[in-house]
Formats: sequence, structure tokens, C-alpha cells
Amino acid sequence: MIERLLARLPRGARAAGLVGIILGLAAFWVALPPLKVRTPLLPAAIGLVAVALGAYAVSRGVKRIGWGAVVIGVAGIGLGYLATRSSIGNLDQVVVWSALFAAMLRYATPLTFAAMGGIFSERSGVTNIGLEGMLLSGAFFGILAADKLSSWPLGLVAAALSGGLFALVHAFFAIHLRADQIVGGFAINFLALGVTGYLFIDIYGGEGTPPDIAEIPDVHLSFLKDWYFIGPILGQLNLMIWLAASTVVLSYLVLFKTPLGLRLRAVGEHPRAAETVGISVYATRYAAVTLSGVLAALGGAYLSIGFVNSFNQNMTAGRGFIALAVVICGNWRPFAAAAIALLFGLSSALAQKLPAYSESAAVLFQALPYVLTLVAVAGVIGRSIPPASVGRPYEKQ
Amino acid sequence: MSEAQGGPPEEGSGKVENPRTGGDYAPSVAARLALWQRAGGVAVPLLTTLLAFFIGGLVVLITSGKNPLTTYQAIFEGAGLDWFLEIGSYELRIPFTDSHVPFPWNVNDIESAAAFNLQQTLLFFIPLVLTGLAVAFAFRCGMFNIGGQGQYLAGAIVAVWVGTELPGLPGLVHILAAVVAGSLAGAIWAGIAGFLKATVGAHEVISTIMLNWIAIWVGSFLFSLGGPLQNDTQPFVPVSNDVVEDARLGILWGDPFLQALHVGFFVSLAALVVYWITLTRTTLGYEVRAVGFNPEAARYGGISVSRNYFLAMAISGLFAGLAGTLDVLGWQFRLNTNDVTISSQIAFVGIAVALLGRNTAIGVLLSSMLFASLVVGTSTRNLDPEIFRPELASNLTLLIQGLVVLFVGADVLILYLLRKARIGRRGSQ
Repeated sequence: MIERLLARLPRGARAAGLVGIILGLAAFWVALPPLKVRTPLLPAAIGLVAVALGAYAVSRGVKRIGWGAVVIGVAGIGLGYLATRSSIGNLDQVVVWSALFAAMLRYATPLTFAAMGGIFSERSGVTNIGLEGMLLSGAFFGILAADKLSSWPLGLVAAALSGGLFALVHAFFAIHLRADQIVGGFAINFLALGVTGYLFIDIYGGEGTPPDIAEIPDVHLSFLKDWYFIGPILGQLNLMIWLAASTVVLSYLVLFKTPLGLRLRAVGEHPRAAETVGISVYATRYAAVTLSGVLAALGGAYLSIGFVNSFNQNMTAGRGFIALAVVICGNWRPFAAAAIALLFGLSSALAQKLPAYSESAAVLFQALPYVLTLVAVAGVIGRSIPPASVGRPYEKQ
Repeated sequence: MSEAQGGPPEEGSGKVENPRTGGDYAPSVAARLALWQRAGGVAVPLLTTLLAFFIGGLVVLITSGKNPLTTYQAIFEGAGLDWFLEIGSYELRIPFTDSHVPFPWNVNDIESAAAFNLQQTLLFFIPLVLTGLAVAFAFRCGMFNIGGQGQYLAGAIVAVWVGTELPGLPGLVHILAAVVAGSLAGAIWAGIAGFLKATVGAHEVISTIMLNWIAIWVGSFLFSLGGPLQNDTQPFVPVSNDVVEDARLGILWGDPFLQALHVGFFVSLAALVVYWITLTRTTLGYEVRAVGFNPEAARYGGISVSRNYFLAMAISGLFAGLAGTLDVLGWQFRLNTNDVTISSQIAFVGIAVALLGRNTAIGVLLSSMLFASLVVGTSTRNLDPEIFRPELASNLTLLIQGLVVLFVGADVLILYLLRKARIGRRGSQ
């Protein structure tokens, strides 16, 4: 067993590149709490080693990882230097790792749900730009049901139903009517914005949602309480965060370890071949798109009744699109996508903390996740390979 | 846009051999519709609009119990369209001259409610045409530019900057400088997405959405308290300086102190002509359309696909940036942190405009008028609150937009339903 794992470890230039990436991150990390190295020499030295390893990897033909190590090494030196120049007080205030990681998990949860939905939909061959609208509908109908029926499980059910319904509309237009999937998905976003805005004003008017809404409870793990570092992060998390994590695992198992998942992927890669062996392309795509709506809506419900406990018009603020970027950067794979979602979660969490450095630039830091998405999409997309038939309507013969 | 593929062969050919009689028979309704549609007809957009309004009316009826027709009439009046109903013999002065031509409507009436409302509608029409063209141009190259918001903002922000700085420039030069700078800013902002699409294949939908949010946050930062472009006199108000008097656009119609219609109106009409000429009468337009139809075939034909992706996106951003510039120089004169998010929403209406107008100049013109009326007619200031609550109505507008986009995106829907109906008829015979 151990030998098999060892055999899978990267070797040679590839390993050098990976070590370079880790060292690049370490160059920044040593300047942060808890180590808080105050001389810029150490980050510079570690960063240079990272750059050298990266350059070696590039020279041996491992370009992607090598250049990654070079870039991260340079960034590590720069950020490490900035951190050594910053006051200890600010550092201690901003970089509280456990708080940052807990916030990261909170911000990543809606993205993860929506991204898992996106993976199912796109793996079956249907582009789902409408994730944003499905998130929004989940957020609204979740809080509506939780408020009117005073029960958060019913809120989740209502959210899932609404998301599934919007997804069905998208599926019908994309599959049966063979409409342009991007345009159709965009229409879903418009519709969800209109429907939720209309009902929100109609039902709650100017006052907004009431404060005493049944919320999704937190999971208290008291046995973790005294554990160093892990306790403060995992000890008290919302139920939906755990649900998101299990959704990732389940998505992986279903997609890659069951016949169902194989069929779904076949439909997304080569629908004609799948149909020939007796798989119903239409039924598979309908199921996948509907499931994507349900999952995205659960993420939306977490936003409204698990996270901020209120609703506002257009409160999802482009998270559905970030989720799409997550799907693409994650190469349409659940675990990779979840990792990318965590990265965006971390950047959102940082954006909330960074204003400690500059009050006036507080607003500017809000752009961080979006800049990161742009960079990630630009840097990764050329190498990520979408399902072969994604976005193409299929016509039965 | 996807077309119906592999439909029954008789469709669109007009005349069909009837297997039973062996003779010709008149083409069916569906066949005629298909022909009409392929010829760029107006039937489908009209039907989709009617359908969207019908469903919107149902929503009004069900949720509020109000009569949808009364509501729509109030929106019609809120948009000032009733101004056109009063026909008489009046005169219109041709701009920049002293000569007059006969005109059926009274343009000297600048203060009646109808005239004021219509001025607001036309004022909204200007950026709507331009953001509509922005979406349409990218569409013709096979790209979906959702980034009109960011490009509009980039234009507006740069226009505010140029318009408030550089005092002492002669008016016309100042205006030209602001217009050029604002449009270029839009072009650059869209060009980033075009460049990424052309070089690494980043999907323009994601990159333009991200650029929208970056523009929003950067804009909010620039005008916020202590921001670099915040005004010099009121330190506690997050608003820019005012555009200097000389750099403001001339007034065409209305009270200059109450958001009058400015000469940008003609710029937007000219942009429609430029759009049409560029697409149909230039090499660039030919290449852009070729790439839009089929990038592989275009590449085979010796056209650089990536160059056209970049150029089409940049030109698209040029239109959107111009929209933001004209709004700033024409009637807003300043930007505050709220404007940054609110006024730029117009670009999303531009998407519906382009789709409903089927990406043609004339279509964009007509659908801009429709959506400008709809948006202005449902705004808080213009809609009679006793008939329908404006906050609700503006969401109704979103709903109708969504339905229009949905139905237009699925132009196959109508053909599909008609084909179904025809097959059903045949089956019962």
C-alpha cells in the first residue's frame, strides 16, 4: 500500500516544480503569524529557491508547474516583504488563521454547491449560465418558506423546488427547443431576478425580511473544542457547510464510480454514441440540469437562511458566475473544483479583513475575488478541457 | 444564435409537391413563417414580445388583482408616449440652422407631463441603443458580451475624469476629448476580455462578468470618501466633481435644469448607421460576420479568428463606453457611488434589446424604443403609484425582459409549436 502511494509521488523536474510552489507559498507564510519573521531576507531567500526550482522545472520541459513556481516564488518574495514592513498589530488583526479559514469555509459553501450543480449540468452537455439565477431563487424561496412556515427544513425544500423549476425551464429550452444555451441561461438569470424582486417587494415591501426567521442551525462539535487550530475552525460550522463537503464527495462518487455517472459523462462527450447504446440523452440531460438547479438553490438557501439571515434584491452578486469559473478552473472535477472554491472563499475572507490596512481602500479590496477569478480563468482555461459536447443541442434521430 | 436544424425539408422552400395529388399546393402557415423568419422577419420578435407582455399581464392580474390593461396604459403614459397622440400642425427647427420644417407634434411644449416623460424616455433611449449595439456587435462575431455594464462604467468614469479636469479647454475640444477617452476606455475594458478569448480561449461570458464587478468596485472606490476622484468641496459626500459647463452636451429639447434631451440623441442614431455600414459594407464587418457564422470555416478562408475576436470585442466596448460618456456629458454631469451600480444596470437591458432586435440596426432601434418606454414608464418617478406600485413595476420590467430573452433565444419554439400543430392536423385527417 505504502509502496503504491510512493510510486505515485511525482519525481524529477515535476517534483522540483511542486516543491518550488510550496516554497513560494512558504516565503510569504514565514512573514505572517505565528512566525512573523521581521527581516525581509528570509522570505527573499526562500522565494529565490522557489524561483530557481521553477526555472529548473521549466528548463526540463515541465512548463506549467515550473512557471507556476516562478510566479508564486516572485509573488511570495513581494508579499513577504510587504508583510515584514507591515505593523505587528495589523498582521495580528488581519491574519488570524482560524478565523480566516472559518470565514473561507463560509464564503466557499454557496460557490461549492453551485459549482457541483454546474459540473453535473456541463458534464451532461448543457452549459448552465443560469446558476446565478438559481442561486438567487434558492435564496429567496428558502427564506420565504422558512419565514412563512417557520421551519428551515421546509425552507430548504422550497429552495430546492424553486431551483429545480427554473432549471427545468432552462432544460426544456436547451434540450427540447434546442435554444442557444448561453442565451437561455441568461434569460433564467433575468427571470429569477424579476420573479424574486417582484415577490420580495410584493410580500416584504420596504421593510425587508423580518429578523426572527428560522435559521439553519450550526453543528456544535464539543469534543473538538480544545483542539489546537482545528477546534475554532470546525467546532461550530453551519450544517450546510458539512452538507456542501459531503456533496463534493457524493458528486465525485456518483460521477466517476457509478454506471449512472458514466452514462452522464458519455452523454456529455458523445451523445450520439450514448444514444446508440440505449442511453436516453434527453432524460439524462433533463435529470442533470434539474439536479444542478436543486444544488445551486441549496447554496442560495445557505446564503439567505444560513449565512446572512436576510434577503436583498440581487443578493447573490455574481456568485453564480464565479461558480462557473470554479467549474472551469476545476477542470469539471468535483474535488479540484472544491479546492478552487476554497481559494475564492479565502480571497473573499481576506477582502473582509484587509480594510484594517486602509479604510479608504476598503471598497477596492472587494474586487479581489473577481480579479482572482479573471486571472484564474485566463491562466488555466487554455489547459482545461471541457466535455466535448457541452453547449451543443442534441437532436434525436 | 442557433437555428432550427434538419427540420422537415419542405419548410422554407415555399412550394411543395403534394404526395397525394401530385400537384402544387400553397405553403402552410409554418412554412411561410419559417421563410419569413429566415428572411430576418419581424413576426417572431413581435410574437415573443406580445407573449412576454401577455404573461407579464397575467402576473399583474394574479399577484395584485389589478387590471393589466390599466397598468400597461399607466406605463404607456409614464413613458410619455401619449405625447404622440396629440397631433397638430407645428414646426420643428432643424438643429444648427434657423430654418423650420412642418412637424405633426408640438416640440415647443417642453413642460407638460407627457413631454417631460417622453424626454426621459428618449434620454434613456440613447445609452440603450449604444449598449444594445455593443451586445449586438459581439453577437455577430459569435460572442456574448455581458460586460456592457463594466464597459459603460469605464466610459462614464473616464468621461467624468476628463470632463471635470482640464478646465479652460474650448468646449468642443473638451467634449471631443472626453468622448474619445470614454469610448476608448470602454474599448480597452472589453478588449481585455477579447484579448483573453483570442489568446487563451477564456470564455467571454465569465471574463466580462468579472470585469463588470471589478469596474463596479473600482468605481465605488474612486468616488468614495477619500477616493481619488471624490469632489473637492463636500468632503462627506461620495460624489465626483461636476463636469465643467463647457464640456456638457447641447440641449435639444426640454428644460436644461430637469434632465433635458441632449444632442447625444443624434449620436446614438448615427451609431446605428455606423453599425450597419461597418457590418455590411466593410471588410472588417465581413470578417466579423464570417467568424460569427463559423470560426472554423473563417479560419480556413484565411481570416484571423483571434484578431476578429479581439477587434469585435473592442468595438463592442467602444459602443458601451460611448453610452456611459454621453450619459455623463449629457445629463448626469457627475457620478456618485450609487450611480456606479445603478445607472450601469442599463447595459443589461441592452442585452434584451440586442436579442429582441435580432442584432440588426433597425431591430435595435425599435427594441430600444420599446424597452426605454418600459423602463422609464415603470420608474418610481414616472408611474402613477395609485395604479401600480413602481417598485413592483420595475421588477415586472425585469420579468418581461427575461421572458423576451428566453423566447427570442428559443426562436425554434414557435416553429416547433406550429409544426406540432400541423403534424397533429395531419394525423387526424
